[in-house]
Amino acid sequence: MEFLYFLIRRLLWSLLVLFGLSIVIFVIARVMPGDPARLALGPRASQEQVDDLKANMGLDKPLVEQYQHFIVGLSRGDLGLSFLTKRPVNDDIAETFAATLELVLATISIAFLLGIPLGVVAAAKKDGGADNLVRFGAILGAVTPSFLLALLLQVLAGYELHVLPTTGRLSPDFPFHPDITGLVTIDALLKGNPAALIDGLKHLLLPSLALSAATVGQIARITRSSMIDVAKQDYIEAGRAFGIPDHVRIFKYMLRPAFVPPMTILGLEFASLLGNAFVVELVFAWPGMASYGVRSILQKDLNAVMGVVMISGLFFVVANLVIDVLVGFVDPRVRIQGGQG
Amino acid sequence: MSELAAAPARPQVSIAYQNWHRFSRNPTAVIGSVIVTVVVLTAVLAPWIAPHPDHVGSIVNFRARHLPPSAQYWFGTDNVGRDIFTRVLFGYRVSLLLAAVVLAFAVPLGAALGLIAGYFGGWAEIVIMRLTDIALAIPPLVMALAVTAVLTPNLTHAMLAIAALWWTWHTRLIFSITRTLRAQEFVEAAEILGASRFHILFRELLPNCASAILVKTSLDFGFVILIGAALSYLGLGVQPPTPDLGTMVASGADFLPDRWWESMLPGAAILFVALGFNLLGDGLRDLYDVESVR
Repeated sequence: MEFLYFLIRRLLWSLLVLFGLSIVIFVIARVMPGDPARLALGPRASQEQVDDLKANMGLDKPLVEQYQHFIVGLSRGDLGLSFLTKRPVNDDIAETFAATLELVLATISIAFLLGIPLGVVAAAKKDGGADNLVRFGAILGAVTPSFLLALLLQVLAGYELHVLPTTGRLSPDFPFHPDITGLVTIDALLKGNPAALIDGLKHLLLPSLALSAATVGQIARITRSSMIDVAKQDYIEAGRAFGIPDHVRIFKYMLRPAFVPPMTILGLEFASLLGNAFVVELVFAWPGMASYGVRSILQKDLNAVMGVVMISGLFFVVANLVIDVLVGFVDPRVRIQGGQG
Repeated sequence: MSELAAAPARPQVSIAYQNWHRFSRNPTAVIGSVIVTVVVLTAVLAPWIAPHPDHVGSIVNFRARHLPPSAQYWFGTDNVGRDIFTRVLFGYRVSLLLAAVVLAFAVPLGAALGLIAGYFGGWAEIVIMRLTDIALAIPPLVMALAVTAVLTPNLTHAMLAIAALWWTWHTRLIFSITRTLRAQEFVEAAEILGASRFHILFRELLPNCASAILVKTSLDFGFVILIGAALSYLGLGVQPPTPDLGTMVASGADFLPDRWWESMLPGAAILFVALGFNLLGDGLRDLYDVESVR
């Protein structure tokens, strides 16, 4: 019951954030200088053509009415037509979103699989060599431009060592189409196609490694400091006094409460993770939302750009909702205090 | 009293000296501040110390194109024969300017909003903190992309787009500090003495947030430079022929892997400055013991 209440409150906040986000996007798209119809048609179109398109898009109406139209469309999940492809923006984004989702999920998996153990080791050997190495590595991961790391991995693993493919999600002409969830690896598992799974994972490895560097560091750092905090608690000392072996103490009694801060950090990191995904996708020609977004921006396809920003925001909000619910599950204190933020 | 007088006189050590002493024994802080000083100095002095100051603009020097690093061209030359080292030094000017302008706007605004939300609570808190939540939901890089899509891509618009979201981090930080300070005796004392709200916000609360703001700003310098570099890497920031580190990586990447210096050395230069600010921030965090700042 208490958990349900927490969930409803958290959902309402998310809706409010999305509503605010829609206003921000509307302001960027319609209120800032720059005429979307002119942008769409280019400098050589006549004024009548521009006015026609304006009337067609409803741009001649008052702003409040335009916003109503925009929000009604949004609530139906309609992001409008792309000026460029003349297709609904929804369809374009739906095609590319799965690729981005797969990349982000792989990155988060790597971040936790590497970050948590590194943090535990650093905490266990506090102020020792391993600890300093992890701490310096975390800083290095945070300050390496993601495009630099992406290029570096591409050159080393792809061109120099020839061990991994450097572009795309699957080898060219590979006879596999991810038509269940859109995620190559998941669909390959569902269809029982090991060859597709291996090919997909090979393509996924370099981009997700490049994208995960900063997050691995953050998670290792937070795990380290929360393990050290937990270690100071009386019940850990009591456990030691009772003679509970080290590995049981560390993994059973320290790691679980220490698990909460890395998860909250992931929620906050998520926005910059998505942003960096834009850059990494471009380097690896990953056919995701970012590649689509950057292309739309360069070609001034306004509806598509706003769609991409809105979906990024939605992705962020949903991810944080999921994280908060998970955290509430692991740590009962959170749901009693209520989810703020 | 007499016991005190009888104690041997200890040398007077000022707080500033004590701080300096602790700072200078912290290797991260020292390395960080050395890097930052070197970068700032080379950026400021670039027109005088760069080996080929004429290579900044759009000149072509085809006889010297694609040269690997050498004594004459420390970082090699690019595809039109310009000295990459010179352009890196000038690129630092753009990066530092971008970060300085963004933070000069975002830090005071963010801190002021955080103070107000944290001290007054109630509606001020609800409005400001929900606004922050909304702004946090947009990835800064994506926001910058959207803004530059509507306006033309250039340095000013890149600054505008990054600053439009960056204040949120400072608001969150100062809000959480102020909320814990609000109930402390020195604030209550000031209230009872009839101090104005302005006095309490800026004379009582703000000084107690100063170390956290300093640490955060130092870390931010590195991160804003990284975002600016990512934007110009995508072709949406500083436009050529102005030397910019991100743009140089992007154009040099066409010649990978054989002519690695054209992209990797400007990229390493970005890493170097971001690392400097991060180490400095990390060292300051240890010094002031503000673990909460990331």
